[in-house]
Amino acid sequence: MDLTSEQKTARSGFRAFVAEHVSPVADRADREQILPEGMIGRLSEAGLMGAVLSAEVGGRAFDAVTHGLLHEELGRGCSSLRSILTVHEMVALAISRWGSAEQREAYLARMSRGEVLGAFALSEPEAGSDARSIRATAVESDDGYRLTGRKQWITAGRIADLFLVFARVGEKPSAFLVEGDAPGLSIEPISNMLGLRAAMLARIDLDDCAADLLGAPGAGLSHVAGTALDLGRYTVACGCVGIGQACLDACLSYVTEREQFGRRLREHQLIQEMVAEMIVQVDAARLMCRRAASRRDAADPRSIMDTSVSKYFASRMALRVASDAVQIHGARGCSAAYPVARHFRDAKIMEIIEGSSQIQQLLIAHQGIAAHRRSAP
Amino acid sequence: MTQSAARERIRAFLSRSFPDHDLRDDEDIFALGFVNSLFAMQLVLFVEKEFAVTVDSQDLDLDNFRSVDALVSMVESKTAGRKS
Repeated sequence: MDLTSEQKTARSGFRAFVAEHVSPVADRADREQILPEGMIGRLSEAGLMGAVLSAEVGGRAFDAVTHGLLHEELGRGCSSLRSILTVHEMVALAISRWGSAEQREAYLARMSRGEVLGAFALSEPEAGSDARSIRATAVESDDGYRLTGRKQWITAGRIADLFLVFARVGEKPSAFLVEGDAPGLSIEPISNMLGLRAAMLARIDLDDCAADLLGAPGAGLSHVAGTALDLGRYTVACGCVGIGQACLDACLSYVTEREQFGRRLREHQLIQEMVAEMIVQVDAARLMCRRAASRRDAADPRSIMDTSVSKYFASRMALRVASDAVQIHGARGCSAAYPVARHFRDAKIMEIIEGSSQIQQLLIAHQGIAAHRRSAP
Repeated sequence: MTQSAARERIRAFLSRSFPDHDLRDDEDIFALGFVNSLFAMQLVLFVEKEFAVTVDSQDLDLDNFRSVDALVSMVESKTAGRKS
């Protein structure tokens, strides 16, 4: 699973971008709970807003490994920014995959240039993991649909230009595009979250908003959200590898510098045990992501479950590694002076977004039990 | 590819997913409660890869994915005119 020379070059570029533009402002963004001004513009200038889109619309059409490297490097620097890019890509991919020619024409080129920022609006106050219980409704009108409902925990909700909103048409869960300036749409920032504090989280209220159906009525969750969340899970998994690597790097530096009991921390065997575990866990998660990437590029149906497995493992890994990183740093790791505290808080969110660990466990177990039944005599 | 060959491939894929159920060709897999969003996406990828077609928004009617018979019909319509 070695990288090609092109992938290594791409990774170097992503790493340089993060080192110059992202890492230096990540702690301040977390503290102030706001994405620094111009950050989306810098991603756009670097050609990183259209990673999943075709060259025809100005996108980069990265292979899955390269796309994963982008999210790994961003995850090393700032999970809030990576999360905003994730939801933008989820919306872009959903339009690219299931949109009409008019919808693709209207949005994709502008999304790949970063002129239109997408946000994914599925969760509601009473519908989190149980997405089928969404209450937002849409009714057909003379010029499309009118949508009414409330959405919560919407990453990038404060700054998005375009929302992919899920609502019922009768009993059929369906997907809609709603423009950020649509009359009837109001946005309320959400602050003081545990992690992803600069992800521009918001609650959005839709009151008889004009909405454009994406895909077909009834296919909103199964296919449109399914496509978007599959991509989201992959990027979250890769972002978690980035969190793990950032924590590992921080610890390797810290244990070399810090002395206790007359010896460097790196010479204490209980510290070595934690470092060894971090190295193995990060490596294992990265390999899972690479296998998923390989099958994603081959459009192999197994890629769907590989992605779920990767997200489950990598998010648990990130939390465990970040927790050990805080432990190694001691009181300093609990302070805002060291980024491991931010990574620890962000890592916890990764176990919840894009399908909680428990939802992944149910899906993985269901698939594993079915495979066992198939092979049983 | 003949219709019967396509039918066999689709049956084989679905039977791998529902090993405890002897699925009839006209049986509604959604009504049986077998389908979650991951399986829906697996089914799309299977159809696209196995039959070298693209499932797009025009095909996004759940009735096209509802049974072996429906999937065979969709594949037939998308490969019609193609030289075997």
